[in-house]
Amino acid sequence: MLAWTIYISFAGAVLEVLLPKGKNALARWLALAIATAGLAIGVAGFIAGMGQGHVEIVNAAWVPSMGVHYLLAADGISRVLVLLTGIAAVAGVLFSWNIELRTNQFFAFFFALIGGVYGVFLSFDLFLLFVFYEIAIVPKYFLIAIWGSTRREYAAMKLALYSFVGSAMVLIGLLVAYTASGSHSTALADLAHAGLPVSTQMWVFPLVFTGFAILAGMWPLHTWAPTGHVAAPTAASMLLAGVVMKLGAYGCLRVAIALFPHGLDRWGFAYLGIGSWRDVFALLAVIGIIYGALVALAQSDFKFVIGYSSVSHMGFVLLGLMTLNQIGLDGAVLQMFSHGVIAGLLFAIVGRIVYDRTHTRQLAELETMHLARRLPFAAWAFVIAAVASMGLPGFSGFVAELQVLIGSWSTNPLWTAGAGIGIIVGVAYTWRALQMAFFSDVVPGAHVIEQEQAHTFAAITWPEVTGVALRAGVSLVVGLYPRILLDSIEPAVKALLAGGVQ
Amino acid sequence: MNGLPILTLLTVLPLIGAAIALFSGKHARGVALFTALICLAVALVIWSGLPSDGSMGMVELHPWAPSLGIEYHLGVDGLGALMLVLAAIVTLMSVDASHRVHHQPGLFYGLVLILESGLFGSFTALNFFHWFLFWEISLIPAFFLIKLWGGARRGPAATQFFIYTMAGSVALLIAFLALFLSTHSMDFGQLTQMAASGELETLVKAHLGPVMLWLAIAVLAGFAVKVPMVPFHTWLPAAYAEAPSPVTMLLTGAMSKMGVYGLLRIAIPIFGPQIAQIRTPLLVLAVATVVMGAWAAAAQKDLKRVFAYSSVNHLGYCLLGIFALAVPAAGAAAHASQAAALNGVILQMFNHGITAAALFWFVAMIQMRTGGHRGIDDFGGLRKPAPVLAGLMGIALFSSLGLPGLNGFVGEFLIFRGVFPLAWVAATVSVLGLLVTAVVILTVIQKVFSGPVAEHCAGFADLHSSERMALAPVIGLMLVLGLVPQLIVGSINPTVQNLLAHWRF
Amino acid sequence: MNYADLFRATLPETVLEVAALLVLLVDLGLLRKAALKTRVASAAWIGIAGCGVAWWAVYAAGHAGFSVGSELLLAGGRIAGVAQVGILVLTAVTLLLLVGAEFTRNAGEYVAVVLMAAAGGLIIAAAQDLLVIFVGLELLSLGLYILTAFAKKSAKSAEASIKYYLFGGMSAAFLLFGFSYFYGLSGTTSLAGIRDAIARSGPSPLLDVAWILVVAGLGFKIAAVPFHLWAPDTYEGAPAPAAAFIASVSKVASFALLLTIGSSWLPPQKSFDLRASELARQLHQYNPAWAHLALILLIVAAASMLVGNLAALAQVSVRRLLAYSAVAHAGYMLLGVATVPHYSIHVEGSAVVFQIPGNMGGSANAVLYYILTYGLTAIGAFGVVDVVERATGSDRLDSFLGLHKRNPHLAAVLLVLFLSLAGIPPLVGFWAKFNLFAAVLHADAGPVSLSLVALAIAMSAVSLYYYLQVLKRAYVMPAADETPIHAHPATLATLLLIALAVVLMGVFPAVLQGWIASFGA
Repeated sequence: MLAWTIYISFAGAVLEVLLPKGKNALARWLALAIATAGLAIGVAGFIAGMGQGHVEIVNAAWVPSMGVHYLLAADGISRVLVLLTGIAAVAGVLFSWNIELRTNQFFAFFFALIGGVYGVFLSFDLFLLFVFYEIAIVPKYFLIAIWGSTRREYAAMKLALYSFVGSAMVLIGLLVAYTASGSHSTALADLAHAGLPVSTQMWVFPLVFTGFAILAGMWPLHTWAPTGHVAAPTAASMLLAGVVMKLGAYGCLRVAIALFPHGLDRWGFAYLGIGSWRDVFALLAVIGIIYGALVALAQSDFKFVIGYSSVSHMGFVLLGLMTLNQIGLDGAVLQMFSHGVIAGLLFAIVGRIVYDRTHTRQLAELETMHLARRLPFAAWAFVIAAVASMGLPGFSGFVAELQVLIGSWSTNPLWTAGAGIGIIVGVAYTWRALQMAFFSDVVPGAHVIEQEQAHTFAAITWPEVTGVALRAGVSLVVGLYPRILLDSIEPAVKALLAGGVQ
Repeated sequence: MNGLPILTLLTVLPLIGAAIALFSGKHARGVALFTALICLAVALVIWSGLPSDGSMGMVELHPWAPSLGIEYHLGVDGLGALMLVLAAIVTLMSVDASHRVHHQPGLFYGLVLILESGLFGSFTALNFFHWFLFWEISLIPAFFLIKLWGGARRGPAATQFFIYTMAGSVALLIAFLALFLSTHSMDFGQLTQMAASGELETLVKAHLGPVMLWLAIAVLAGFAVKVPMVPFHTWLPAAYAEAPSPVTMLLTGAMSKMGVYGLLRIAIPIFGPQIAQIRTPLLVLAVATVVMGAWAAAAQKDLKRVFAYSSVNHLGYCLLGIFALAVPAAGAAAHASQAAALNGVILQMFNHGITAAALFWFVAMIQMRTGGHRGIDDFGGLRKPAPVLAGLMGIALFSSLGLPGLNGFVGEFLIFRGVFPLAWVAATVSVLGLLVTAVVILTVIQKVFSGPVAEHCAGFADLHSSERMALAPVIGLMLVLGLVPQLIVGSINPTVQNLLAHWRF
Repeated sequence: MNYADLFRATLPETVLEVAALLVLLVDLGLLRKAALKTRVASAAWIGIAGCGVAWWAVYAAGHAGFSVGSELLLAGGRIAGVAQVGILVLTAVTLLLLVGAEFTRNAGEYVAVVLMAAAGGLIIAAAQDLLVIFVGLELLSLGLYILTAFAKKSAKSAEASIKYYLFGGMSAAFLLFGFSYFYGLSGTTSLAGIRDAIARSGPSPLLDVAWILVVAGLGFKIAAVPFHLWAPDTYEGAPAPAAAFIASVSKVASFALLLTIGSSWLPPQKSFDLRASELARQLHQYNPAWAHLALILLIVAAASMLVGNLAALAQVSVRRLLAYSAVAHAGYMLLGVATVPHYSIHVEGSAVVFQIPGNMGGSANAVLYYILTYGLTAIGAFGVVDVVERATGSDRLDSFLGLHKRNPHLAAVLLVLFLSLAGIPPLVGFWAKFNLFAAVLHADAGPVSLSLVALAIAMSAVSLYYYLQVLKRAYVMPAADETPIHAHPATLATLLLIALAVVLMGVFPAVLQGWIASFGA
């Protein structure tokens, strides 16, 4: 049943392309219907799958002589991430309600991307996973290049090339794993049991992990992310930060760690305390957390703050992955979901609600605009989003970060310390942005007040309210009752760990 | 056990009220008043339904996220229930006092009610996750209440408030994370038992090393910011002064009690031995709070700041009482002193809450009538044009001073009664605080109410009937509790005995 | 020499020649007075029909091959058969694109030359003897030179043709020189005989020189570095249908030849006696001499990948961009060619069995798959470029501005084809690359192969940049001129079919792959 999320999305993309030009309202409502259908299927699949563990959905021979199968399946992690994609899709459509330029093409690319993402999360054949992973690259390029803002063509090309290079690295790993295991099958389960020699795993693992981690925004390969997020139109940056970066992290977990577990073994020698790839990537993750936070603190463009905060939060995911214990991995997956929801909300507010009205993202200018009075909905929505992003209890981020901290403590307390510093700086930059953009104390000059009265902002529309409510509500529910997701995540992580990861 | 979830109901009611108030525009105050009244009624029902042996009543226990040690665990004993009643009363008073809020009233009352929910939640929580959730939940509305409706320098005041409290929260979180890592439990009851048997320290040492003392200090720091305790109090005068008076009522009446409650529910039970180890420095700080609070109050010119520092002083007595009773292996006499001190602390929490809230209410009323003036020198002879105001405020002032017959006396008396045998040096020095407080209060009375009538006070309107009706129950409560403290002490003494039985130093 | 056998073996070529004559007859005779459009269309359709019949003939000819005495001249095996069918299909498609063309009044001659060149290609694909190879090669090349010059009104066309001819003539000379060395080394012109002789005598410096000369000659045909210099000018100057033909059919024929040479180095028998001395002797023969050629091929492949992709980055003319990309793709395929004679051994009973690695017939099949699909995609690409060129007057990047508005179907075809060339799934270009690299690694997973595959994948990533440049103009950047572009309905239909085929073959790769593997089995 979950496979229908993929099919509906691609069908939706085709339908949108075929719509006659100029029927923007029709394009929007069709898009909303498709996205909601996808979400509904995702929710139904999630509920049906609770407690089921690994469920196979489709297994058709694709190129039988080479052992390539069209194999779709879902375990707890997949179901959670499919749910996230559904939420992101619906919210993305809602926040793109005001797009007038080539609307149907916009939604066509949008759904092509969403379909690819659904596909990645549901693929349990490595070749199929790779195909969906690559399918997701091209729509991103066009979404940013055509409908984006600041330096969009440069940002789009940079993002496309970085993603493609990353996937090239993964392809090499895929080919090596496939041929070294006898070219019998590309199913994840089979490759995991193929027993590649440790020496091979030692170099394939970092290659594949890095390839996926580029998309996850690992420092220092993250530079595409802030530029890309800022240049992208709101819905695209919501998807980018919310879902696409999670593709990378998911790949790290499902492919790199699951298939090449011995790549994480100790090397036998250590330099400055680093004695395995695990140490290397954990260190990079912690650097990413702190670096992203510090840079966000210094930004003058509102959207850049959020962009760098994404890099910082994804660092938590990567750190959680490197803990290789139950609670750390649980936290990583939960953080994938949580950050996906929250980051999308942040971008929606900054991009759609604020920028589309004020036409500026510079914090210094926003300071003079008194948005708390003139756009109270935006201000309060941002308060909720900021609080969630900071990791305040009651929202999903708190539980996720808590788990990652606990998980990383048992592996190396220094990492926990670094992550903790990141959280504290995170509070700082979020607070700064909140203050400067919405609740500043700058007293407006007389001419500004005149301007304000002459220029009232467009009213908040129902799609914006719905979108905010959806995302904030989800984060709140998961924050208050994390078991709703943890019950699915924990068994899946347990199975993964039992599959051979140390 | 899991009967009618009255505690959950109590916590959720203000949230529902907040949701309605947000969209009620002009009628928000009415919604808020109604909600606050219902909450008070429920709180009183809870108060009356307490088990008579002082143990936890109305317990709700459900598993929530077992892998993280998180349970949905609520319960109240005498201490908790009293705090619930206090929070309900103070919120009601605050809403009543705020009929001058014209700017975005829906948002204002919504935030107030969310704050009330945060208070209720943290007074009933018995699991760290839940408790910390509501602790943080109360922070955000408070910040915005100061920031958006406050006085001229509200921005820096609100930011300072936020940063201090956040820092304190971080310290608390780190400490509890460490405890969880060692014991896989976040339940206050379990941790208390482990602390009493010594198992906690062993586990912590095994997992993390000899850091138990540091954890205790972290927890104390977290609460020290909230109470506040010198030297973490510097956020308070600005916040109290710049916040609109109804919000100050909440801050001083209820939120500061969260800190003291935290010390009683969390710090002492779990970190008893560690606190006993550093008892002397803590007593020094408590005494400093008492004395410095009073002294600073004497130097203030702004009425609100006078009462702000006076709050610091009064809460210092609570701290004194708490730290004084942290003595190991007491005999029967010491036990009696401990009980007295603890009873005093709890009473003081309640009484100070009511009294301080009332005082700020009066300041609000004065401000309203004089167009914002609240300097101590701005007035004179108000007794003439506004005798009722003078009379009622006088009662509140004397209660704050600690006049026998009014509610402020009983708490302070019991505290000193308990502290003198246990830490006579600290007690003696603290008496200084009593004296200076007396001077301060009398000065206020003299400058504001007595003497020749200042010109701009000639047209000072007295309390009208609605205000009188609103204030009457509060003042009445002060009198009743002053004369018949048994009403409260009778219910909390069993709890006190129960608590002391479980605490080890 | 049995002429009946010869006739049967060369039936496809014969059919094509007959068709060529028929075209000339119809065009110069019956339709002399008819309009240009009718003449072009009829010539094209007769040509297509001819290809169709020739396709049937490939099957009807059986897989007999043709030998004179004990020397095999023409093979009927899998590589030959698949390549021949491929050539015929691609020729037919280029003829389809001819409908509606206006670059020449001599429609009949054009189609006739195309068909004759295709016949030359068929000969090359099946050739097993040096002289036969040369005959086929010259037949193909001469035809291509003429086709390049066919746009009489264009100076560029003439210039391109001269360059192509001079370059081609020189490399034909190199090739012949190399062939003469092989004859000298072995005393025979048959590929099998040469292999046996070299296997007996072992590697020698003379052999290396011969290999290099041959690679020079053949490298020219496939446009591999450093023999690729003719490609950009020719691709730019030739009329579009001719360029399409050059980009596809001649490549298929040339690669088929390389594969034939390579697979001739596989052991002729499937199993050998297990007697120790015999085994040692026989095992030693095959690989070492090939290893030298493989090294040369790998160097050329790496150079082609690098130069092709990096040079394409700088191009402003889309045709030249396609030329350099063709160089790059030739590089990828050469990787496959180098590993064709790899085999694995296992013991069965008292015999040692040689087996080609992989489940799909090894590198040879992968290269065939790649070249067939690449050829189709290249034809489509040239078709699109031709339409845009005729409407805007130039093939520079800026002519594509706003294509999605001016002709959305054309833009969609462009999107599909270029993404396929870049290797984006689920299009056929991706599967072709994946299949090829998997076959190479399966045959030989040593560090050299691995690094070259890594290089290939990395260069693929680079290629996305310049393909996106064109797509960017078509979809993203604002149009300078928004008048609609009209394409001849037949052309548009053909292009849409090609795009559809690219998508379908990408989604269901097993179909074509299975057909290749089972051909002639």
